[in-house]
Amino acid sequence: MTDAALPRPRRLSRLLRVNPIWLVLLILIGAIVALNPDFTEPQGYMNFLRRAAPLCILAAGQVFVLTSGGFDLSVGSTITLTVVGASMLLYNNEAATWWVILAMLGAGGVIGLVNGLVVALLRVPSLIATLGTMITVSGIGLMWSGGAPRGYLTDGFRAAGRFMWRDVPVIGLLPAALLVLIGGGAVLWWLMHGTNYGRLLHAVGDNPEAARLAGVPVARVRVLAFVVSSLSAVVAGILLGGFSGVSLDVGTGYELQAITAAVLGGTQLLGGRGAVGAALGGALTLTAIFTLLNFLGLPQPVREVVQGLILISAVALAVCRRDA
Amino acid sequence: MTDAPMFEMRGIAKAFPGVQALSDVSFAARSGEVHALVGENGAGKSTLMRILSGVYKPDAGGMTLDGRPFAPSHPLEARSAGIAVIWQEFSLLPDRTVAENLHLGREPVRGWRLDRRAMREGARAALAVFGEGHGIAPELPVRDLSVAQQQMVEIARALAYGARVLVMDEPTAALDEAECERLFTVVDGLRARGTAVVYITHRMGEIARLATRVTVLKDGRVSAALSHVPPAGEVIAAMVGRDLGQFFPPPAAPGEIGPPVLSVRHAGNAQLRGISFDLRAGEITGFAGIQGAGRTALAMALFGVDPFTVGEVTLSGVFARFASPREAVRAGLVLLPGHRKAQGLMLMQSVRDNGLVSPRAFAPLAGNPSRPPAVDTTGIEELFRALDLRAGDLDAPVRTLSGGNQQKVIVARWLAMTPRVLVFVEPTRGIDVNAKASIYTIMRDLARRGSAVMVVSSDLPEVMGVSDRILVMREGRLVGETARGASEAEVMALATGHAEEVAV
Amino acid sequence: MTSLPSPRRRLRIGPGTILLAALAVYVIAILWSGNTQFLRPGNILGMLTRAVALGITAVGQTIVILCASIDLSVAALISASAVLASVVMGGSTTMIVPAILAVLLLGMVVGLVNGLVITRLRVNPLIATLGMAMVIQGILSAVVSNFAGEVPRSFRSFDSGTVLGLPVSLIFLGLVAAGASAILNWTRFGSNIYAVGGNIDAARLAGIRTDRVIIAAHLLCSLCASVTGLYLAARLGSGAPWIGRDGMYDLESIAVAVIGGTVLAGGRGGIWGTMAGVAIFAMIDSLFNVLGVDAFAKQVLRGGIIVAAVAAYAIGSRRLVA
Repeated sequence: MTDAALPRPRRLSRLLRVNPIWLVLLILIGAIVALNPDFTEPQGYMNFLRRAAPLCILAAGQVFVLTSGGFDLSVGSTITLTVVGASMLLYNNEAATWWVILAMLGAGGVIGLVNGLVVALLRVPSLIATLGTMITVSGIGLMWSGGAPRGYLTDGFRAAGRFMWRDVPVIGLLPAALLVLIGGGAVLWWLMHGTNYGRLLHAVGDNPEAARLAGVPVARVRVLAFVVSSLSAVVAGILLGGFSGVSLDVGTGYELQAITAAVLGGTQLLGGRGAVGAALGGALTLTAIFTLLNFLGLPQPVREVVQGLILISAVALAVCRRDA
Repeated sequence: MTDAPMFEMRGIAKAFPGVQALSDVSFAARSGEVHALVGENGAGKSTLMRILSGVYKPDAGGMTLDGRPFAPSHPLEARSAGIAVIWQEFSLLPDRTVAENLHLGREPVRGWRLDRRAMREGARAALAVFGEGHGIAPELPVRDLSVAQQQMVEIARALAYGARVLVMDEPTAALDEAECERLFTVVDGLRARGTAVVYITHRMGEIARLATRVTVLKDGRVSAALSHVPPAGEVIAAMVGRDLGQFFPPPAAPGEIGPPVLSVRHAGNAQLRGISFDLRAGEITGFAGIQGAGRTALAMALFGVDPFTVGEVTLSGVFARFASPREAVRAGLVLLPGHRKAQGLMLMQSVRDNGLVSPRAFAPLAGNPSRPPAVDTTGIEELFRALDLRAGDLDAPVRTLSGGNQQKVIVARWLAMTPRVLVFVEPTRGIDVNAKASIYTIMRDLARRGSAVMVVSSDLPEVMGVSDRILVMREGRLVGETARGASEAEVMALATGHAEEVAV
Repeated sequence: MTSLPSPRRRLRIGPGTILLAALAVYVIAILWSGNTQFLRPGNILGMLTRAVALGITAVGQTIVILCASIDLSVAALISASAVLASVVMGGSTTMIVPAILAVLLLGMVVGLVNGLVITRLRVNPLIATLGMAMVIQGILSAVVSNFAGEVPRSFRSFDSGTVLGLPVSLIFLGLVAAGASAILNWTRFGSNIYAVGGNIDAARLAGIRTDRVIIAAHLLCSLCASVTGLYLAARLGSGAPWIGRDGMYDLESIAVAVIGGTVLAGGRGGIWGTMAGVAIFAMIDSLFNVLGVDAFAKQVLRGGIIVAAVAAYAIGSRRLVA
């Protein structure tokens, strides 16, 4: 028997295996539209996508670390460092935009490298290692800004998160953030699902010992996952910088939102299974939930409560589904 | 000894995905007897005992204990009914003391406090069944004990729980001569106390020494149930049930064995000393020895997992003291690990991905994972076919395959790397007889096509049947070499350092 | 057969070794900087007293880690407990007892829910307690946004009082640690905790109700965190919704337990190792003060030191395992 046998039932079961997160997202969007018909206007849904973009990128990056079997809790403070650091470096100098973006990406790469090396070579559990990095990186942000960030982000820097093309044919509006999201998402999707690296990452997360004995360069694969996550945090930071002010808590809480979004999308905690598309679905769903709560007039902190409950139930449901 | 059996299992059947583990098996033991349960790896002994101890439920058949129906739904229920199993993997807590382990879950208390003195005394009393000189102090952490001592603690704990039926799963596999003798004395003592002992073993000498009855399992069925201990040859015939020559492929013809491919000279590390040998192209070289003799350590050293720290290793004349498995694979030396699930497979990933993991590991990271030239997916499918892999869907998770097919997935992974030296560690552990035969055939085919094959196995008949040449290890050294056709007794004599050991 | 005893005893880095090394560094650094007044008993006591909150939290954290779980909700619970205590007390002495009871009840509920979600819903403990942290923090932030309530002067003696020249809080920490250590070493429950963490299947086979053990461990951990909240309310005079997070009690309680020799995988370690870890952290803090490191740089160094300390351990224990 080969895999060529019985193609039709398999396609059918594939269809039935469509990730339930998309269904949940559809229902939520239906609810949002019912509450606020303006949402069907380009202004409404493009704004939604623009606001969801940072979390989407962040969650897609987090999936790499989760799939490798770890956690990356340092992304929130990496976002903050990106925003605060950029404002310090730019110092209202429009011409500096490009090299500042490069410098921030470089800083993100270093943070990811440190996380990865500490986890892969020093064998510190990723939870501790990235919490340590989280403290250190936010400390660096504090030191650099002296506790009160100076300067502001130039318009060029903020364009990625803020700019919208108007009067675009067919869709009307096109936020730059959406382009960044599509581009970044495509790159991450390709890396996870279209390269050897993605398959090796799954192998390492599933069974690191077996992967090592199969000749997989386990340390390299893991370190790269942390680098991807940190770089995605920098991109998310650049987007966030576009529509929030410069402050020391821009990124606070984003690490947990990213993990929640990834888990909502069906990423397996402790490694071995993760999908970038599903994580994007998870991030959109989480943003939709927050939007809905907003429309319902619930205060900001309630979001956190809801998010906590969602996180627990998503994992509990995943456990049930796996055992069923 | 009474005539009524203490426990009885009748018509037991049990199936797992892809394999009928047991069919219509009946088995019983009386108080004060030692009932030997023998059979090859994968014959169904462990499954039968897992049913007796409440781990699995049988698909068909029933059990009685003391004449009453007995259907434990949980191991705890079987244990409190008086059934205890000493598995090869102990269930002791290595960081806790002997006394704590012996009283686990039912510590004596005085008020709210643990009564440590009572625990120590209880431990001494429980260990008293072994007489004097066992050297196990109740205050010692279990990790500081030898394997034999840990086993004694397991036995003492089972008895302290009031075990009347004690199942011992190859208890001598890791013991040296003196420790075996002490264990036999313990078993004699158990028999005298009226315990019903089920003794699982491969070694014929132990059956003659201990057993009063023998049941032989083959392919999940009882192939012989004897109320006496027959000559060893009769037991082996019942175990194998066919001509050994048919079961094992024929050896290499003289012309097929080529020059040395891998040469090891005076190599050693923390567990190995003064290792020198050659692996030759076209030849299967078996490594025998008792548990802990260094066979697996040697395989792991060659493969770069626990590398040699001294000595010289060359592969086709080139330096080959590998520091990591990756280096070894790149140079053409691959290893099939002994623990398939823990070391071999990515269980959540598909059959195809498991087969392709090594080719992908050496392709560019950004390369396409399923298109040549980086990774040859049609190639792996051809290899699966050549190995007669039975998988319904190559995109299904590899955990859905039977053990033998899982092993073939790992073999295919390595064949895709066109290796020059293949090291097989416990290649047939836990797979059924037919799958075993096909693994042996695959090994011989590989040798015939010019690879050097090394086999490490705790199953001595397997090593002897499949190898062209057998190297024997003891205490981290190579102590001798025998040609194909040597007797099990000769090999065991070398392995234990005692000429008078086990006779077949 | 896997559990072959290692043929040779290898060098092992223990909590005692690290404590001694830290002490040596501390003394040398102080002598070098010439601030010898920091070696006087009064200063040493002060230094240790500043670690009381971390110490109490870490006792609870050690207990859950020993049974191979973890609790990331302690910081949120500490904040919630401190706020609850100061709001209920509202500056009045008569409300002290009701406030303490309310806080302990809160701790028990949180611990119970954590334990149930982990054992019954089989949610990974990291996620279960992270989710719990979000729920607590969210509710807390919805209700208060700044320092709320006030504790009466008499309650503040929990922090500032002394008995026989020793600070009450330090004595209290000693009692909590001794009590926890007695539970772990002298009771059947303690023995069950080690069994569950060491090998949950073996524990189950021995008839231990493993779910109950895990739930009870989380109950104790949350109780410790809520007591920490009470202590911080006494110390600050009032509770605010960020005091737990700012104290980084989640990470630090885990870090001191690991530095003290408790293995994250469970089954090995103990309270006194954790106390050594707490003392090390207290010395690091004090050293920063002596050397005049500024607050932000302190935070940077702290993250690095935590990771380095755990790494030192991981490398040491790898040799042991390999």
